[in-house]
Amino acid sequence: MSDVLAITEHRRGELRDESFEVISAGRELADDAGGDLHLAVISGDVDSFADSLNREGVDTIHTVENGEEFNHDVYVQAIEALYNDLAPAFVLMPNSVNGLDYAPAVANRLDLPLVTDAIGFEYDGTLTATREMYGSKVETTVEVEGDQFAITTRGAEWPTAEGVGDAEVSAFDFDVDEAAVRSTVTGFEEVGSGDVDISEAEFIVSIGRGIEEEDNLPLIEDLVEATGATLASSRPIVDNGWLPKNRQVGQSGAQVTPQVYLAIGISGAVQHVAGMKGADTIIAINTDPNAPIFDIADYGIVGDLFEVVPELTEQFS
Amino acid sequence: MKVLVTVKEVAELADDFEVEGTEVDDRYLEYDLNEWDDYAVEEGVQLNEAGVADEVVTVTIGPERAEETIRMALAKGADRSIRVWDESFEDVDLLDTETKVQILSAVVAEEEPDLVLTGVQAGDDAFGATGVALADDIDFEWAAVVNDLDMDADAGVAHVHRELEGGVEELTDVELPAVLTIQTGINEPRYASLRGIRQAQSKEIAPKTLTDLGLDADAVQSDLTLTNMYEPESESDAEIFEGSADETAGKLAEVLREKGVAE
Ligand SMILES: Cc1cc2nc3c(=O)[nH]c(=O)nc-3n(C[C@H](O)[C@H](O)[C@H](O)COP(=O)(O)OP(=O)(O)OC[C@H]3O[C@@H](n4cnc5c(N)ncnc54)[C@H](O)[C@@H]3O)c2cc1C
Repeated sequence: MSDVLAITEHRRGELRDESFEVISAGRELADDAGGDLHLAVISGDVDSFADSLNREGVDTIHTVENGEEFNHDVYVQAIEALYNDLAPAFVLMPNSVNGLDYAPAVANRLDLPLVTDAIGFEYDGTLTATREMYGSKVETTVEVEGDQFAITTRGAEWPTAEGVGDAEVSAFDFDVDEAAVRSTVTGFEEVGSGDVDISEAEFIVSIGRGIEEEDNLPLIEDLVEATGATLASSRPIVDNGWLPKNRQVGQSGAQVTPQVYLAIGISGAVQHVAGMKGADTIIAINTDPNAPIFDIADYGIVGDLFEVVPELTEQFS
Repeated sequence: MKVLVTVKEVAELADDFEVEGTEVDDRYLEYDLNEWDDYAVEEGVQLNEAGVADEVVTVTIGPERAEETIRMALAKGADRSIRVWDESFEDVDLLDTETKVQILSAVVAEEEPDLVLTGVQAGDDAFGATGVALADDIDFEWAAVVNDLDMDADAGVAHVHRELEGGVEELTDVELPAVLTIQTGINEPRYASLRGIRQAQSKEIAPKTLTDLGLDADAVQSDLTLTNMYEPESESDAEIFEGSADETAGKLAEVLREKGVAE
């Protein structure tokens, strides 16, 4: 059996993009291995989710009714039960925040070798996965020993599956062991609204750890003032309390789509890029010519922000 | 309550480096405490200071060199440390999650903590899996990507916030004993004080081998083998401005004017 079982994701009544990406990734693996693609959708309005998930390339959609929202204890149990039923060669899960919360437990419980945050894979009887290390500065290939595998896939690396499919939809009944459910989601909270909405900004000057110290922020604020830009930042600046949470761009911060995004002293980690890759024009100032931010930049200066920024401010004063 | 914090020494690459085979030569590497673990250590120490925890023990899988980093955690307030290493790891480029979990499970069996704190991920191999896999292995409850913790030790519940995507947090109650994977920003990690650094010198770092933990070197064979490492081919078509700071800033200013975002 070389089937793929791919797990979809939803939150507060909506399927997330990862669900459609994991279909594409799953179809790719299933084709490599000569198997079927099974999807699982667990909790929430599973029937309406199944309708939307019925895209080209999906063979079967297993719906598991249980509560409204994600609960990792339920997910792990449901996936375990499905796995025992289907005996797939691959369990594919999104490397999302919720993926981080259940995928490792699934792999451990099923005794499967685990590859996380894959950006590519090949299967020809042996699984070889591609991953990044050292903050995206190197790429690696990893050979995985075994016949059955757990893999989590990085977001936005596979296209979202399109087209209408003719998957079989099948309700999967299983009894949750309630005693083993020892965590309870009690609610959600939106964070980070505040004085400005950076998602509306046309020109964003964004600052990263390259600024080194809070005392150096005025250097950037001068530029922001001179150009009429909106100030944003990568995560460490917010973690340090130098800027409020509503200024953070990225996976766990805001998504921005400005005309111009000027990234100063930002390396371009995947979680940061997730929030700003939709900018029309990306410009980077960074001392490290190998910084991943240059891979997505349209213009760049390889240089010291402490030298370049004052000169730039000067140009507009 | 006893808190066990996993602490990893991670390597950072210099701006310029060369890959040789499946590794980067030591001279291009700088070692430091994993960023996420720094926040986990701080959280443990704060629980201690608040009287919720009475001992904070760190555990590291790493060679002797890692003791420098371990001392840093001790200087910040951890009470003592355990360092696990086996010479059979010397030639392994990548320890898989399962291997780490077996080792950490054995340490948990010895230490019997009530709470285990880990970083969300390690900055070098970025697996992001150890904490949750460990929790399942030792039958602790867990929560991943925790950016707020309110411990109700009497009720045996940790009230946590999990930081989801897009500025949304999930509020979750987790029964103890538990493993929490800690996200940056949950607290403000302290700098080690001079006094702390002095005190750390006399704190225990207990070295342990696999045999000490009752594990067999064969049992922890990694399922993953690093087969290649390379600098990713840049798909960049970025126009890089050359020249002095003054010249490059001038060209950049021109672009900003052209795009109509600044005058
Ligand atoms: C679950 C999860 C969610 C996350 N969510 C987010 C998110 O929403 N947003 C986010 O940003 N991150 C997020 N992160 C963190 C992310 O992985 C990175 O750690 C972070 O983006 C790095 O920020 P940085 O680029 O500012 O710092 P670094 O990666 O440290 O980069 C600093 C850069 O500055 C350059 N530099 C240094 N000195 C100078 C100088 N004098 N002049 C010019 N350049 C200089 C360096 O070469 C380097 O490239 C998340 C991580 C996880 C695990």
